Amino acid sequence: MAINNTPRNKMTEQAPDVRNKNFKEVCLGFDAETAKAEADRCLNCKNAPCRKGCPVGVNIPAFINGIKEGDLDKAAALLKGDNNLPSICGRVCPQEKQCESFCIRQAKLGGSVAIGGLERFVGDYALKQTAKAQKPEPNGKRVAVVGSGPAGLSCAGELARAGFDVTVYEAFHKAGGVLVYGIPEFRLPKDLVQAEIDKVKELGVKIELNTVVGKTIMLCELTEEFDAVFIGTGAGLPAFLKIKGENLNGVYSANEYLTRVNLMKAYDKNSITPVQVGKKVVVVGAGNVAMDASRTALRMGAEEVYLVYRRDRSEMPARAEEIHHAEEEGVIFKLLTNPVEIEGEDSKVVSVKCQNMQLGEPDASGRRRPVPIEGSYIDIPCDQVIIAVGTSPNPLLRKSCDQLETTPKGTIIVNSETGETSIENVYAGGDAVTGAATVILAMGAGKLAAKSIKERLLK
Amino acid sequence: MYKIVKKRSLAENVNEYVIEAPKVAKHAKAGQFVILRVDAEGERIPFTICDYDRQAGTITVLVQAVGYSTMKLAELNEGDCVADFVGPLGNATDLDEYNKILLVGGGIGNAVTFPQAKALFEAGKAADAIIGARTKSLIMYEDEFRKNTANTYVVTDDGTYGEKGFVTDKIASLLDEGKKYDVIFAVGPMPMMRAVCNLTKNYGIKTIVSMNSIMVDGTGMCGGCRLTVGGETKYACVDGPEFDGHLIDFDEAISRSKFYREKEQECRLLAMGGQKDGNK
Repeated sequence: MAINNTPRNKMTEQAPDVRNKNFKEVCLGFDAETAKAEADRCLNCKNAPCRKGCPVGVNIPAFINGIKEGDLDKAAALLKGDNNLPSICGRVCPQEKQCESFCIRQAKLGGSVAIGGLERFVGDYALKQTAKAQKPEPNGKRVAVVGSGPAGLSCAGELARAGFDVTVYEAFHKAGGVLVYGIPEFRLPKDLVQAEIDKVKELGVKIELNTVVGKTIMLCELTEEFDAVFIGTGAGLPAFLKIKGENLNGVYSANEYLTRVNLMKAYDKNSITPVQVGKKVVVVGAGNVAMDASRTALRMGAEEVYLVYRRDRSEMPARAEEIHHAEEEGVIFKLLTNPVEIEGEDSKVVSVKCQNMQLGEPDASGRRRPVPIEGSYIDIPCDQVIIAVGTSPNPLLRKSCDQLETTPKGTIIVNSETGETSIENVYAGGDAVTGAATVILAMGAGKLAAKSIKERLLK
Repeated sequence: MYKIVKKRSLAENVNEYVIEAPKVAKHAKAGQFVILRVDAEGERIPFTICDYDRQAGTITVLVQAVGYSTMKLAELNEGDCVADFVGPLGNATDLDEYNKILLVGGGIGNAVTFPQAKALFEAGKAADAIIGARTKSLIMYEDEFRKNTANTYVVTDDGTYGEKGFVTDKIASLLDEGKKYDVIFAVGPMPMMRAVCNLTKNYGIKTIVSMNSIMVDGTGMCGGCRLTVGGETKYACVDGPEFDGHLIDFDEAISRSKFYREKEQECRLLAMGGQKDGNK
């Protein structure tokens, strides 16, 4: 059979000039018919190269086959066997760098199969099924999970399904970690995150909110009380640029800005959470968080949003879709531009002074290093600056426990095959181990640790 | 939910709340703080822990009703609950290395100096204390201070009670009389702490202050509470809340603390039954 080159189906989206004024989800996903048509584009390759691109090895052709056959329950069961949170991953994974980049159908054959879109379609279908999860037979072992983000949730879910008594500790007043405080509603609806969390709770997982491990309760207390502990505390500490003027009023870390708008609901005009509504906003950075912050600023009512990045477009770490969406919505990219000083008047930001850059020799990471162009500067007038240049693990927990070995960067050291830390029966995974990375890697790490815990405690 | 087991009025618009939070009480120490949310739509607001009872599993905080959330809290009574209560956050006060200590509290800041007075008295190092307030009705814990200090001095800005003047006037007069202190622990509104630090710098007396910066999470995640201490950026929530006052850039800290003032004013009107017209 000749391979057709039917082009990749597009998911429906809100129009750019409409969506940049509201917080509703940008991408509306596939309807059943389009999903089926897209699934039919999958060639069901025998060696399934796409699976190599998936950090958790989802059996992609198999679940897509379920869609082809019109058996969504089967598709969901296959997908969820490998990935606890498909609705979320379908929306936030950088598919173009993972599964889809390995798809045999590249541009010549109409573009890769929209695996992310199909995953989302099946994940959303599964969430709508009202049948409650069966609580498994308890196995008598207790596990504490620190942090309720993607790593913690997936570890907790996996263990609960095997009959463990799991308690998740969350520092905030709401579970979900970066999925609720960081990623905005328009990219990942909070109802959906809540639905995923509810599914985990249905398995019997208890979530204790308002509990900062390392302050409210110590790691050594958890190791005494539980048979095993999993640390999935993420990378919550914002990096700043360490340039002059960063403490002026109007300068936010993306963490603070997004937490105020998302978790503390400042996007709702009736919310009592204060947040400055910038008119001219400069966002520094080019990762997903920078895209989230700049698009949020537009939706909050900014007239102009500039995204300032010291490297060039090909180096932007954000998902291709987010970069595309941000540009469509009117975010102005200032590339090869490096902020050197934030200027203020009367304690408030008035502009960002940036040095123009050019690409030099490749650096250690293989990327061409941006080099300042001597004497070449631009001033971007603005009343708000949002710094989104990365995050690192929060030191609170490790400071409270000497035995937990960490790298000089503050990431927790684990055995890469088991996820176990320097303390016996204490495991870790996700951004707390890798530094800021992706939801899917965090989930994979949670799953790996769960597997090790099962092997150790149930032998 | 966290139950209010006791509420009493201490001064005008100032209430003391004893709140059931056994997990927080277990590791709490004086000088640390908690973050509280009144209800499901509330802000996260930080309060210094003024007392704790590990056996009863309670934490005592003092709240001055000044903004939307604190006014909402003031409406709650014994038996009512607050939605969220997390802590203990930040670092505990550590005055162990000092012997002659002067505690200086301005207004609600006395809630922070009082547990120190008690702890020092119990440790056999009775301190001197200055209780300052704008006016008589805002003076609190006077009897308790007197019982737990070597000397307690009361000053009011308007002279309606105690000596007339600012806490700085009293500090200067004590020092000029020849009183010697190893350290001054001063807590109150930022302008007061700045004034105290400006004064004590001249006398060369180490001064520790407790910074009540604006914050969201209280665990180092937002960076909203950052301030400059000795030329370096520090977070009040995880590096503090106490710092060497002589090293703090108070001008910056004060301007940062006023950032949301307009919005707060708007919310206060809302709490008093006014109309709110959205984010400005």
